[in-house]
Amino acid sequence: MSLTKLRNPGLWITVIAVLLLGLWPIVTQRASTREEIFTVLLSVVLASSLNILLGYTGYVSFGHIVFFGLGGYVGLYLIIVQGWSLWPAMAAGGLAAGLLALLLGQAILRLRGSYFALATIGINEAMRAFINNFEPFGGPTGLSLNFQTYNAYGGAANALWLIYYIVLILALFNIVLSYVVKTSKFGLGLMAIREDEDAAEVMGVITPRSKTWAYVLSAILPGVVGVLFFFKNGNIEPPQAFRLHMSIELLVMVMLGGFGTVFGPALGAVGYQRLRGLLLTSDLFKNIQLAVAGLLLLLIILFIPAGAVGWIRRRFPILRRYLP
Amino acid sequence: MDILAFLTDGLLIGFVYGIAAMGLTLIWGVMNVINLSHGSIIALGMFALYFLFVSLGINPYIGVVIVAVLGLLLGMIIYAVAIHRVINAPHLSTLLATFAVNMIIIGLGTTAFSTSPRNVDFSLGSATVGPVTLLGTRVVAALASVLITAALYFFLYRTTLGKYVRAVTDNRAAAELMGIPSARVLALSFGLGTMLAAVAGGLIATFFPFTILSGGTYELKSFVICVLGGVGNPLGALFGGLILGTFEGIIPYFLPTSWVPVIEFILFVVILLVRPTGLLGAKK
Amino acid sequence: MNRSRQLVVLLLLTVLVLGLSVSAVAAQEQTVVIGFTASQTGKYNVESTRQINGLNLWLNQVNDAGGITLSDGTVVTFSTVFYDDESNTDRVQELYTRLATEDNADFLISPYSSGLTDASAIIAEQYGKIMITTGAASDSTYTKGYSLVFQTYTPASRYLTGALDLLASLDESAQRIAIVHENDKFSTDVSTALNDYALELGYEVVLFEGYDSGATDFAPFINKIQEAAPDAVLGGGHFQDGSTFARQLFEKTVTPAFVALLVAPPEPSFSELGEAALGIVGPSQWEPLAQIDASAAEAAGVDFYGPSSADFHDAYMEAFGEEPSYHAAGGYVSGLLLQKAIEDAGSIDTQAIKEQLDAMNLLTFFGRIQFDTTPEAHGLQIGHSMMYVQWQGMADALDKQIVWPPEAVTADALYPIGGE
Repeated sequence: MSLTKLRNPGLWITVIAVLLLGLWPIVTQRASTREEIFTVLLSVVLASSLNILLGYTGYVSFGHIVFFGLGGYVGLYLIIVQGWSLWPAMAAGGLAAGLLALLLGQAILRLRGSYFALATIGINEAMRAFINNFEPFGGPTGLSLNFQTYNAYGGAANALWLIYYIVLILALFNIVLSYVVKTSKFGLGLMAIREDEDAAEVMGVITPRSKTWAYVLSAILPGVVGVLFFFKNGNIEPPQAFRLHMSIELLVMVMLGGFGTVFGPALGAVGYQRLRGLLLTSDLFKNIQLAVAGLLLLLIILFIPAGAVGWIRRRFPILRRYLP
Repeated sequence: MDILAFLTDGLLIGFVYGIAAMGLTLIWGVMNVINLSHGSIIALGMFALYFLFVSLGINPYIGVVIVAVLGLLLGMIIYAVAIHRVINAPHLSTLLATFAVNMIIIGLGTTAFSTSPRNVDFSLGSATVGPVTLLGTRVVAALASVLITAALYFFLYRTTLGKYVRAVTDNRAAAELMGIPSARVLALSFGLGTMLAAVAGGLIATFFPFTILSGGTYELKSFVICVLGGVGNPLGALFGGLILGTFEGIIPYFLPTSWVPVIEFILFVVILLVRPTGLLGAKK
Repeated sequence: MNRSRQLVVLLLLTVLVLGLSVSAVAAQEQTVVIGFTASQTGKYNVESTRQINGLNLWLNQVNDAGGITLSDGTVVTFSTVFYDDESNTDRVQELYTRLATEDNADFLISPYSSGLTDASAIIAEQYGKIMITTGAASDSTYTKGYSLVFQTYTPASRYLTGALDLLASLDESAQRIAIVHENDKFSTDVSTALNDYALELGYEVVLFEGYDSGATDFAPFINKIQEAAPDAVLGGGHFQDGSTFARQLFEKTVTPAFVALLVAPPEPSFSELGEAALGIVGPSQWEPLAQIDASAAEAAGVDFYGPSSADFHDAYMEAFGEEPSYHAAGGYVSGLLLQKAIEDAGSIDTQAIKEQLDAMNLLTFFGRIQFDTTPEAHGLQIGHSMMYVQWQGMADALDKQIVWPPEAVTADALYPIGGE
């Protein structure tokens, strides 16, 4: 992995675009803008981590959110019950998600296509049902944070800014990571698996190991942001931690932006979340926002199936260098 | 001895689960599309039956027939509008297209019907045999499920159209070469799949209350059943439904009921891993 | 000459200033913004809509009456800003932050449900906004160190305990109880508190189990109940599962002597179950039948504030064409409490209003209102208590009667269910 790769203008365009978006609330110092961008950045992290598995390796996961939920649970358990501070709890959340992916990866990555997709649904639902019965995590009532906990981070107002900065850094880190993976030999192996798994094996890609590491890599950051999200949220309950619907929304984001690209998932996340936010708060659409969002999604899938970035890359090959 | 009560309850509901799953497995088998609007169509079936019964006073079992026709038409429309264009695209596209349809149905449904629960106030009484209490509506629903399965098999194996459907299932390209109008057959298959979903919804509505969001649970169960019975195998779906129903009936006898989904979904993943063609074998 | 000119100028100036200030006072009007999220979509749609209807009724009544005049003469009227929270917590914090900062909401009302309220309360606290919670009963929201969040509902820990008192008064020989509840925060909190109370009273809890939110098939639980043969079944969760549970108990001809379920029975539409609804007891935050008015307050030795129960009922019927449920009453009273605190404080300053709410101890049509002011559970409702209703009469002409507490009873409780 040579440093010259990091000179690619496309990577920096993506990083700068996300950075500008992330700096906006910091410049304006408006809390409401910060909240909106927080939701967007959270989605950027989740969608572009999903892309490592979905876009590069070609495995459609419907249960990506299981890592987010598990990370959140482990982190909040450590903070609330064991009295840990946020930093080690974040690391533990990421570690737990990575471990789960490592264990699962050995087993379910043998499945292909729809069967893998279904297995990920099964795992998400099994996990949700299990946590519902798991007393240390509070069972159905979940865990909740005392407001005083924020005092260790300079009060709630400061804590929220702190969490925001961390998510911004994670989003940027994730984009660089996506790019590094995509351009590495490891990434080429993943894309060979996506195009034709059997051929990849013949060509010398050790597919089970590559797939498993791709899975682990895509799971860690969702685990970390899970801790952040629920720390900010103040409480965690099984239905909100393992919401299947959110997994599917992540797929939508990756698709909208263009799967398998570095810029695409970030763009898709921004586009999708901003659109939903606008529809939710617009007087005209707020009563039928779900149906309108569905209609727009359908139109995009039918007419721009490669996603925004994929479409531009195809229409304007000259821009490919700038849109990795 | 009282385990019998747990068992019969599970089995009876299992028949209806089977019909719901049959719709999913048919579409999946024929055109390799996982229909994520399955649950919302089940919910639409419930509402269709409700309005036929409450507003027009039609007997629920005649209502189910009307729901079937509506379901068939709706499915063919959905296919033409949302699926046909992406039928050859990577399967993520069809997943998202059907998910978009799901969002549209749920969104419009919430605006039109709100999410307040509805109840088809209809009863066929009950009969008690020893420790077992049988409810009329559930027995009829189970019988109807068997009938529907038989009718589907008759259609698939005894009619020309049915043979077309099976030919397209086996090999779409070859079927096209033989002059089978594959686009129309696919539309019909999708229609049949949604018809089964809508009918299952209608039958469920005769004994459970529902909202526009109720379909989600049955959609998840349908996934489990499809895998149990083997993807693309309609008869397998019925048996898968019975197996799932039995589990749901029996497990609470031994464990707190909240463990049922844990065991159900772990079993689901294990079967996927150990025997991905399902207990009864997939298509082909 | 010079002196008198100065005098004249001074006089003119004084007149001018006075005139200006008088006209300024006359024109001094202010609109106070109340912000909240409503579940326009998703599973809480029904309850939330009623809650918002109640709040809007209050708002229209206050505005139609010309608003509230503050001590400095400013006339305050109210307006609302709200967004759809889709019945899930994902965007609750984003939307409440937007309400607090972008829309400059002066006061906040909670969303419906304990889960969503938990998420929104942090935002209220953080931006220093007073939040009146309604439709949110969990105790735990108030043990997290908040100082600006005030609860209108009787908390979960006292939600269903009265049903056991009622049972004890009906049948001293009843010993075995089964608790079957929805597996969500609210119902689990209620049932855990109920379980503790039952053990304290010496009952034997023969079954204590939860079912998934959204459950429709209660056969496994009913079979277990049949096996355990308890004297009473308590629990439930929300409307849909509660009414389904009652219906399936009836269909399977499993009729314990006493059944008390959360949330569903007080809803007017519960009677659509017909015979299956007969005898079912449910806790209610408010009932139109309970005549709470100024005379009741006099008897209790506290002040009465706002409309009487009957006035609220009639106004709601007229505005929305349906019977008000307790969710609607909760929505109305959340606004009413704000109004009272603003009037007493004579300003809309957050700190002044917080002090008024802390000191509040009065009777409204909704019942007694008083907040815990200890740091451990600040804002917890300690004045209000539940009423218990039961569906009585004939299957095709059911009516809802209050059967507990003794001071509010409108009819004797039917016991055991299904007659002697």
